[in-house]
Amino acid sequence: MCMSCGCGANGVFVRGKRQSGKTGAPARFRPHAAGTPLKDNDATRIVRLEQDILAKNGAYAARNRELFSSNGILALNLVSSPGSGKTALLVRTLQALKNTRSLAVIEGDQQTDNDAERIRATGIEAIQINTGKGCHLDAEMVERALRQMRLPQNGILFIENVGNLVCPAAFDLGEAAKVAVLSATEGEDKPLKYPDMFRAARLLLLNKCDLLPYLVFDIALAESYARRVNPDIRIIRISATSGEGMGEWLAWLEAHQKESNRHAPA
Amino acid sequence: MHEMSLAESALQIIEDAAINQGFTRVRTVWLEIGKLSCVEKDAMSFCFDAVIKDTVADGARLEILETAGQGRCARCGHEMQINTLYEACLQCGSYGMQVVAGDAMRVKELEVE
Repeated sequence: MCMSCGCGANGVFVRGKRQSGKTGAPARFRPHAAGTPLKDNDATRIVRLEQDILAKNGAYAARNRELFSSNGILALNLVSSPGSGKTALLVRTLQALKNTRSLAVIEGDQQTDNDAERIRATGIEAIQINTGKGCHLDAEMVERALRQMRLPQNGILFIENVGNLVCPAAFDLGEAAKVAVLSATEGEDKPLKYPDMFRAARLLLLNKCDLLPYLVFDIALAESYARRVNPDIRIIRISATSGEGMGEWLAWLEAHQKESNRHAPA
Repeated sequence: MHEMSLAESALQIIEDAAINQGFTRVRTVWLEIGKLSCVEKDAMSFCFDAVIKDTVADGARLEILETAGQGRCARCGHEMQINTLYEACLQCGSYGMQVVAGDAMRVKELEVE
């Protein structure tokens, strides 16, 4: 096992070969009657819990979702690898919407306030969560951020997650939808390599499309891989630099925002 | 590595149970981890051993029960065992198997004293 991060040799493949890990027989589960001692004269007993490890995160997420709903807020969880152009895309989106919508941003990064600064330069309120060593935002972190910011009433809250295609997939933040960003400078097979994230996302923004003429990236292949993992995923080809696809993305936002407003109490 | 925060969440469930059910030491922890949950079994063991130091579960043995993934085809309804989220249905060939089992992460049981 890797001693720096604990990743297990049992699940690691090099050149398609499983690396030998710990030996020994797998643990067998023997159900016991709850509350009964294991053996005679043994001071131990069995406590049956059957509790979901993510239940606490789920409870915070439900509270966040309730807060968004009662304020008519469309909350989106933006997820991608580092360097996919999430922040650039977000800046362009905010500039397009800021005169007509109430907007706010929560930025998640391990370190630095750089992304929040880029957002604030557009005039939109941004709050930075630094996760330290953490590799994802969780619903409790978002709840804490929400308490410290002005809520975008009947508007849109963008939550830019830590750049990571693995860990954020498991953590519901209370968002209406996860929006995955994949850029043309990455590999087409990322949806297959990180299927949890592309399964969890409702929309895929294929970013940096202005670079397609200079790359060997097969965009149709990337789209077919994403649909293999998630046949219902909506895909928009976009470029934060040239503005291609921005109209379609803004229309998607508007349609979903109307949906959020409809659910808000009058 | 999200297994660290999942291990901390599991520990919190155990610590809450210690208060509610009146035990002071945990000898064994059984976790159920579905093959389709986004948890790497060995990473979980590593993180669990790290977070239980100086807690009610210090020194506890961790037993991870891996449960198989089960999917149902969204188009034809065929059910089959799946190991990934992008397997095609063996009956009709379409993608998008809906997960019906094997994505859980649960603290199942504890052996306590």
